[in-house]
Amino acid sequence: MKARAEALPTQEMLINMGPQHPSTHGVLRVILRTDGEVVVNARPDVGYLHRALEKIGERVTYAQYMPFTDRLDYLAAMNCNAAWAWTVEKLAGIEVPERAEYIRVIVCELNRIASHLIAFGSFTADMGAFTPFLYAIRERERINDLFEDICGNRLTYNYVRIGGVSADLPDRFLEKTKEFLDYFAPKVPEYNNLISYNKIFVHRLANVAAVTPEDAVGYGLTGPNLRGSGVPFDLRKNEPYSVYPEFDFDVCVGTGERGTLGDCFDRYMVRINEMKESVRIVRQAIEQIPEGPVMAKVPRMFKPPVGEVYFRAENPRGETGIYLISDGTVNPYRLKIRAPSFVTMGIFEKITKGLMIADVVAVIGSFDIILPEIDR
Amino acid sequence: MMESLAISLVNAVPVLSGVPLWTITLLIMVMVAAVVLTFALTYSGLATYVERKVAGDIQARVGPNRVGPVGILQFLADGIKLLLKEDIIPAKADRFLFVLAPYLVFVGSFAAFVVVPFGVGLIASDLNIGIYYVMAITSLVVVGVMLAGWSSNNKWALLGGMRAAAQIVSYEIPVGMALLPAVLIAGSLSLQDIVRSQGGLFGIFGWNLFHNPFTFLSFFLYYVAALAETNRTPFDIPEAESELVSGYHVEYSGIRFAFFFLAEYGDMFVVSALATACFLGGWHVPFLDAEALPALWGNLFSLGVFLGKTLSLVVLMMWIRWTLPRLRVDQLMRVAWKYLVPLTFFNLLGVSLWLLLFHGKGIPQMIASLFG
Repeated sequence: MKARAEALPTQEMLINMGPQHPSTHGVLRVILRTDGEVVVNARPDVGYLHRALEKIGERVTYAQYMPFTDRLDYLAAMNCNAAWAWTVEKLAGIEVPERAEYIRVIVCELNRIASHLIAFGSFTADMGAFTPFLYAIRERERINDLFEDICGNRLTYNYVRIGGVSADLPDRFLEKTKEFLDYFAPKVPEYNNLISYNKIFVHRLANVAAVTPEDAVGYGLTGPNLRGSGVPFDLRKNEPYSVYPEFDFDVCVGTGERGTLGDCFDRYMVRINEMKESVRIVRQAIEQIPEGPVMAKVPRMFKPPVGEVYFRAENPRGETGIYLISDGTVNPYRLKIRAPSFVTMGIFEKITKGLMIADVVAVIGSFDIILPEIDR
Repeated sequence: MMESLAISLVNAVPVLSGVPLWTITLLIMVMVAAVVLTFALTYSGLATYVERKVAGDIQARVGPNRVGPVGILQFLADGIKLLLKEDIIPAKADRFLFVLAPYLVFVGSFAAFVVVPFGVGLIASDLNIGIYYVMAITSLVVVGVMLAGWSSNNKWALLGGMRAAAQIVSYEIPVGMALLPAVLIAGSLSLQDIVRSQGGLFGIFGWNLFHNPFTFLSFFLYYVAALAETNRTPFDIPEAESELVSGYHVEYSGIRFAFFFLAEYGDMFVVSALATACFLGGWHVPFLDAEALPALWGNLFSLGVFLGKTLSLVVLMMWIRWTLPRLRVDQLMRVAWKYLVPLTFFNLLGVSLWLLLFHGKGIPQMIASLFG
């Protein structure tokens, strides 16, 4: 046997997975070194979508930067909008009307549902089940309709403003949102029946690429990826901002219910459960939303005081942190964005060693990365 | 069979007596082959349409509905499109093998139609080694698939080709083993004989499916293994569009791609037809003996019955495809070697013992004999 192995030496194969590949969720390039089907090393190569969004931030005014935040995480543009507004408001000390904060929370949580739907759908499609993807798209479409009602756009909303939101909610918006929630709430158990506990699906995900809680914290994972490893850390609870303290909701964590703690299945289930929690938050927000103005008085020539600020918000993909230095002019002096997907890619090489090629797809899907945010 | 047909034709039409017999035989063969091929291609085209409609229904959308009434001519439009597409051969591909591969796959899949017992007298060639022939000729597919993967000079295609080779070779064992019980019961390898052995007075209980518990299990084992042999979900890892982009045919375009595509649907039909012939009584239905009807009506009726049963199994495959996720390659091999192969061996042993102990009688026959 040994002699034969020497006579037929095998070589490692170098494969480019991406930048054009259906399962890298955009233009991610993974440099795979494989021994047959087994991955020896998988190195993510990012940067194919770099648009210098941070540098652009230094050349435009604070208000003008809002549309660029849409292009950070385009599946959760509302959350990015709001994160930018909260950052600048924290820097300038602007008091935002309470109604505007409630509106922001409603749209952010709706957008979280939409984003998790895409994560769920594309992940199942990566696992070979194409049908749940279309169910997810069907539900997301209704959220898009709601957003179209309030701001006219379906993907890049540019709805939130520094000091409030661009317009008050349209007529019947809250009723329509309620209708959507009543429609959507029973869908989550339907997804679970359809695919989550499917035996093949569980076998594909359980025990694959488990991230220990220590590693998750050490590598700076945030959001569902961190909580999937069983660490109950959610900025909405642990470092509350906006009106989140008003709401009663649970932090979903992975439990290792079908395999190891922190495996792909746990990360997947955290997202499924977070959709339910977001429904709860939106319901409470609709009940409690006060009347009043939706925009604070912000001067047209907006010049925040000299200083620096770091603000972080719990976005669907994790902690989006914005670091901002102001020199007192109309433009930011320096802008740095901590993108959760970018930080997540740090652990990729470590946990994909020794997996199969099909598992690499599962890992990318379970991290729910988004490329415009990684590359900025 | 062709020769006897030729002789009877010559006897009926005296003008032909001057023509050498072998030319007439050859002509008849070509005509029969053309009929079978036309049927197979039409079926494959329509099957792609049905697949898309089934997928649409399952996925809460409409599916093709533009070309022709309810979109039924979509497959013609697609076929024309594929014919007119530029035929691209990658610069560093092995040209000869690259061109050869689709034909091997196509031939391997469609040659099996020759022995499919469509009806009482509707079989292109009732080979006395029918099942053996099908197993052998469909093995040609794996050669084509491997060549396609290798000659494309693309690493994804190579991985897909290797996966396909490993998968098809592995699953051929359980497929063959699961079919053998039917051969044992009929005592013949000819598919027509196997179908005839399932007739009789017992209605659906005459089918091999209900012959004894082992054959019942055998049908399901066969169906699962056959899904894998046709590379259908949940065993579609050679294509695996989300992992391997689309596996061995990633570099193929135009009509060469269509050959792979048609072969897949041809394969689906062949394995379903084998399941029908070996377990579901072929063209038999309860309380009506097609062989007793006048030749024309008997043939048409049995054709309808056979197609009905077979196409139901094909639609079931589509249903499965749009419902289940995909296995991983190591899990796929585990299913084959740890579960399907031992189970089918056990089944074969069970059926053999049953036939030995009960003198070839099935449960329905034994119950019938109880009541005299």
